[in-house]
Amino acid sequence: MAMKSHLLPEFLVQRDYERCDNCKVCVKQCPFGVHYYDEETGKVYSREEYCVGCQRCVVYCPKNALRVIPYPGHYRPNDYWHESYIRDIKKQAESGGIILTSCGSERNAKVYWDHILLNASQVTNPSIDPLREPMELRTFLGRKPDALEVEMGEDPDDIEIKTELYPNLMIETPILFAGMSYGAISYNAFKSLAMAAKRFGTLFNTGEGGMPKDMREEFKDCTIVQCASGRFGVDPEYLNCSAAIEIKIGQGAKPGIGGHLPGEKVTATISSTRMIPEGTDAISPAPHHDIYSIEDLSMLIYALKEATNYEKPVCVKIAAVHNVAAIASGIVRAGADIIAIDGFRGGTGATPKIMREHVGIPVELALAAVDQRLREEGIRNKCSIIVGGGIRCAADVVKAIALGADAVYIGTAALIALGCTMCQRCHTGKCAWGICTQDPELSKRLNPKVGAERAYNLLRAWSLEIKDVLGGMGINAIESLRGNRDHLRGIGLEEWELKVLGIKGAGE
Amino acid sequence: MVSLRDPFMDWVRKLDEIAEAVSFEGSIAKIDARNLTHKELNDLIRMCVEKGAERIILKNVCGQRYIGTRLYFPGKRVEIEIFGTPGNDLGMFMNGHRIIVHGNAQDGVGNTMNDGEIIVEGRAGDVVAMSMRGGRIFIRDDVGYRTAIHMKEYKDKVPVLVVGGSTQDFLGEYMAGGVVLLLGLTLNDLKHKASYIGTGMHGGVMYVRGRIENHQLGKEVGVVEMEEEDYRKVEELVRDYLKYFDDVSKLDEIMGEKFTKLIPVSKRPYGRIYTY
Repeated sequence: MAMKSHLLPEFLVQRDYERCDNCKVCVKQCPFGVHYYDEETGKVYSREEYCVGCQRCVVYCPKNALRVIPYPGHYRPNDYWHESYIRDIKKQAESGGIILTSCGSERNAKVYWDHILLNASQVTNPSIDPLREPMELRTFLGRKPDALEVEMGEDPDDIEIKTELYPNLMIETPILFAGMSYGAISYNAFKSLAMAAKRFGTLFNTGEGGMPKDMREEFKDCTIVQCASGRFGVDPEYLNCSAAIEIKIGQGAKPGIGGHLPGEKVTATISSTRMIPEGTDAISPAPHHDIYSIEDLSMLIYALKEATNYEKPVCVKIAAVHNVAAIASGIVRAGADIIAIDGFRGGTGATPKIMREHVGIPVELALAAVDQRLREEGIRNKCSIIVGGGIRCAADVVKAIALGADAVYIGTAALIALGCTMCQRCHTGKCAWGICTQDPELSKRLNPKVGAERAYNLLRAWSLEIKDVLGGMGINAIESLRGNRDHLRGIGLEEWELKVLGIKGAGE
Repeated sequence: MVSLRDPFMDWVRKLDEIAEAVSFEGSIAKIDARNLTHKELNDLIRMCVEKGAERIILKNVCGQRYIGTRLYFPGKRVEIEIFGTPGNDLGMFMNGHRIIVHGNAQDGVGNTMNDGEIIVEGRAGDVVAMSMRGGRIFIRDDVGYRTAIHMKEYKDKVPVLVVGGSTQDFLGEYMAGGVVLLLGLTLNDLKHKASYIGTGMHGGVMYVRGRIENHQLGKEVGVVEMEEEDYRKVEELVRDYLKYFDDVSKLDEIMGEKFTKLIPVSKRPYGRIYTY
């Protein structure tokens, strides 16, 4: 029996009929079917119950006739039975299913980045003007030797490194694009990030959905290929067409669980990239079934090194969870060259809401704990640390590096640069901005050249800001900031939090 | 100061220090694997292939891992014969070569293998053929747990696993494609013992000679009648099995038993548990 939905609309669509000339652009732009044209009255109307608040119609309305605002009507306000709980209960009463959502956690939990302040030089050591002096953001990721043996010749330029070096990645800014699979995001979004990374001299990450054949040759030097539990599209050619390989153990938005790319998103091109038949669910199991221990992880790390002739660093990505420091130590001992830690605010194309909102810990605390632990154990040089999960601005990047990261992953921020408005409907596959969709008509909305330009601009802008901040601190290389917690102070933090972060309180 | 021991990379000798383990006879290379580490042995195998070896015979293999993994030479196919017991992840990510093991193998045989053939004249351990995507694996006797987990196929790239004996639990879990054939030849009563067979299966097919009770199957698996096409496919594989390990004259005897065909109930086993 059809059930009447008790849900209130989430947004109110206001149309100014004095401005609207019924051109139907909004009707075409909305993939959720909010706007419709009525032949009889010759007017465009809206059904707000379908509106997700993505603001596509507002931006594209040629007459500025639309406004989409949060629905003003609500239940009796209640701080405990917050509206979101009431909505979810009603939804589940109507469907009996797990609530699926996307993007990162929207939970009102403490954001440690906002409780950390940066230092600047005053009097005792001069600040540096990045406009006049060189500022080094170049970063090397990978295992570093315990000591470096060099041999000097007669000529001062004649220096030979005797120590055998491990393969390292060289990037021009400490920012990489996080793993987002072709499947989760559209081909055009995927390609936009690849092009931006290549142009800027950094790396993008394929996520676990394989790498389209037509992109392999062109982008192999700026690609981190992922090997996840589903092993989709993982063949020797894929592994060798890369700068590095990432073993994905976990993801901040859904630690401990796998993922399902629903069959309807497995189109012909997705199926050929993932190497599975069209229309079948692409299921990533929760664990890798060949990894049940650190020893097994070690076995996969070296299998990947074997498969690529020891030419590429291997990264292991985990979600930030309670015992992250001990786990990270194990990962380094297992032979990883890079550890990627994804905080609980990390984004996703689809996750059960309960995982997104309640599992995992903030990446700031995880990072500080991992860096500290690896230093104490004398193995910090054995691997680089990349952190991700809700990096929103250049200040977050600077703070992450001062807390001990070598570089950061940005996923959500990169997609926002491409057009994402965080409407959290990635899992529906109907992204109005052409990012999280496999619908050819919707995907066309994102031109990879324009997308690449926007993503490139973001990298450029943040890199300039990082240089500014570094100069203000009197530092001329990002190397000198790495793990330099003296440049951080906390405000509004408890003693235990300062201790975990390894920083002093402001004024101390 | 040594801050960390690396069991894979420490104590690895350079190629010229271990070169005497190799001898060449035309395009056949022989390697004495005694006292070689994983990496040393694979360094030598790679060197042999680079030097043009088409067949490599490994003697005294004792637990060395990843044999066949570091041989990504598109278009090139070599044959590796192993005497002894190869270590875990034999032929992992392998791309088109042929490996024959005169003995048992350990865990992870053909893990995420792309193409080629692995023949084991004995038993193999856990996670055989995990995420296998192409090629064929023949194991003469039994295999361990989690066999053929998440095996998958794409168009004409259909992986095949033939096990002469039986398996432990979780056979074909999450299976997404490919063919698994279990012959039950090591069972006296032809009753397979594994449980949770095909849990989460959403593609591919498993043929089982002998008996399996319903409670041994995952709920995503359906039992269907064998059709003529299935018998033809099975017979072809049994013929190859006998050719590799036994005597083709036993074909009729083996084919005379009852076979069960297992296929997934749905291509979308978990499509209905979510709400937006």
